Amino acid sequence: MTELRSKHLLGIRGLTRAELELIIDTAVEFKGVINRPIRKVPTLRDVTVANLFFEDSTRTRLSFELAEKRLSADVVNFSAASSSVSKGETLVDTVHNILAMKVDLVVMRHPHPGAAHFLASRVDVPIVNAGDGTHEHPTQALLDALSLKEQFGQLDGLKVTIVGDIRHSRVALSNILCLQKLGADVMVCGPSTLIPKHYASMGVHVEHDIDKALAWCDVANVLRIQLERQGGGDHIPFFPSLREYHAQYGVTKERLACAESGGKKITIMHPGPMNRGVEIASDVADGERSVILNQVENGVAVRMAVIYLLASGLGG
Amino acid sequence: MGIRNRIIDPVQFELTLNRLAYQLIEEHDDFAQTALIGIQPRGVHLASRLSDIIENVTGRNDIRKGQLDITFFRDDLRQRQSLPQASVTKLPFLVEDLRVVLIDDVLFTGRTIRAALDALLAHGRPRSVELAVLIDRRFSRELPIQPKYVGRSVDILSDQKVRVRWAHDENGDGQDHVELTSISSEND
Repeated sequence: MTELRSKHLLGIRGLTRAELELIIDTAVEFKGVINRPIRKVPTLRDVTVANLFFEDSTRTRLSFELAEKRLSADVVNFSAASSSVSKGETLVDTVHNILAMKVDLVVMRHPHPGAAHFLASRVDVPIVNAGDGTHEHPTQALLDALSLKEQFGQLDGLKVTIVGDIRHSRVALSNILCLQKLGADVMVCGPSTLIPKHYASMGVHVEHDIDKALAWCDVANVLRIQLERQGGGDHIPFFPSLREYHAQYGVTKERLACAESGGKKITIMHPGPMNRGVEIASDVADGERSVILNQVENGVAVRMAVIYLLASGLGG
Repeated sequence: MGIRNRIIDPVQFELTLNRLAYQLIEEHDDFAQTALIGIQPRGVHLASRLSDIIENVTGRNDIRKGQLDITFFRDDLRQRQSLPQASVTKLPFLVEDLRVVLIDDVLFTGRTIRAALDALLAHGRPRSVELAVLIDRRFSRELPIQPKYVGRSVDILSDQKVRVRWAHDENGDGQDHVELTSISSEND
């Protein structure tokens, strides 16, 4: 297989194992490119990409922009805060206006689940979903899979536990789908208020005791507590306090030492941004088994691969 | 299936490889400042065969050998129907100030070599770049590119194809040879 079947990348759900492997294998070649003296290839010289960020992002947006620039594409950026969205323009109108200026490919992050699918059904350029609300974040799952492949060679049979705010996490959903398609065994761990009941039906293990979860896994992917999505005002909070969350679910050096007492080593991942001292302790985040910065580096390579594979379907 | 004609049989093939290797030795002496770089995917076989012969003849075993992938440097992304698969670039040395010999099996329009030059220059500034090919399809160039070392020049129709078949190819017949096929048989 050398091509993706869909012209969009909306989520991991629509992809086959072969397609996931194609993206990851292509990303490996691009990782070679970004580690050369000249980190740029002329592949997308005449392609224009618009990055539409209707929700704040630093890492993902920079990562996409760098990926596009390393491929020599022309890049335009857009963020909702400084745009006509605040003047009441609809999403489809905004995007049609941007496309009227001859843009070939759209990368979009949006706070509403399904926004990328909605847009894909109404415009005819390739759409890359850079995160749609609490739904999916496919490039994050792909870069996580690449980081694990580098560490372990392959994902078949690998035990991965995803710790934290599963309810609000698009990273969790995309990761579960991606890891399962690549043959890994997945567990989610967190307070019962943060793990929706339907996750059990996805064929993942559900665990509420972090120590048992760590004892089981080869890899712990620690998610951020999404403070901005915890409700507020009259809403009943999902957990009593950050301090209590840290005491119950924080991944600390002591917890890891206990889980690793049998001799195994646990690889630590985090999609960022980290709340040090809440879901992850500083010495774990900076520890030798942490691949957090590899994930960031792989993010650029994976996004280059995705944009390259989708842009090849653009035609003359 | 169209018609297939062998234009180089296994005996001639071996002779041609040896001649190319000796020409390289003549020009590059002890290979101290030289790198042999095969262009992915099909130039890599030729490069490794040539370097084997050169190492046998000269008794050296430290000749710099590399593989260069040009996928991301192509200029036909929008024209192609199917996407070429990217392969590995392996250059375990700095090309800075080296005499580089780019090696490919068939030279046709010259566009692959143009891309290879760009890909190579992304790794540094070689002192010089030469081109060695097994087959030179003359009168079909679209860019001003000429090889320095040529196994065999052929003049054929534009709807015909030259294929270098290596003994170790999958679904090959176990013999090194070169064949001419008409486009209608290109289903392999």
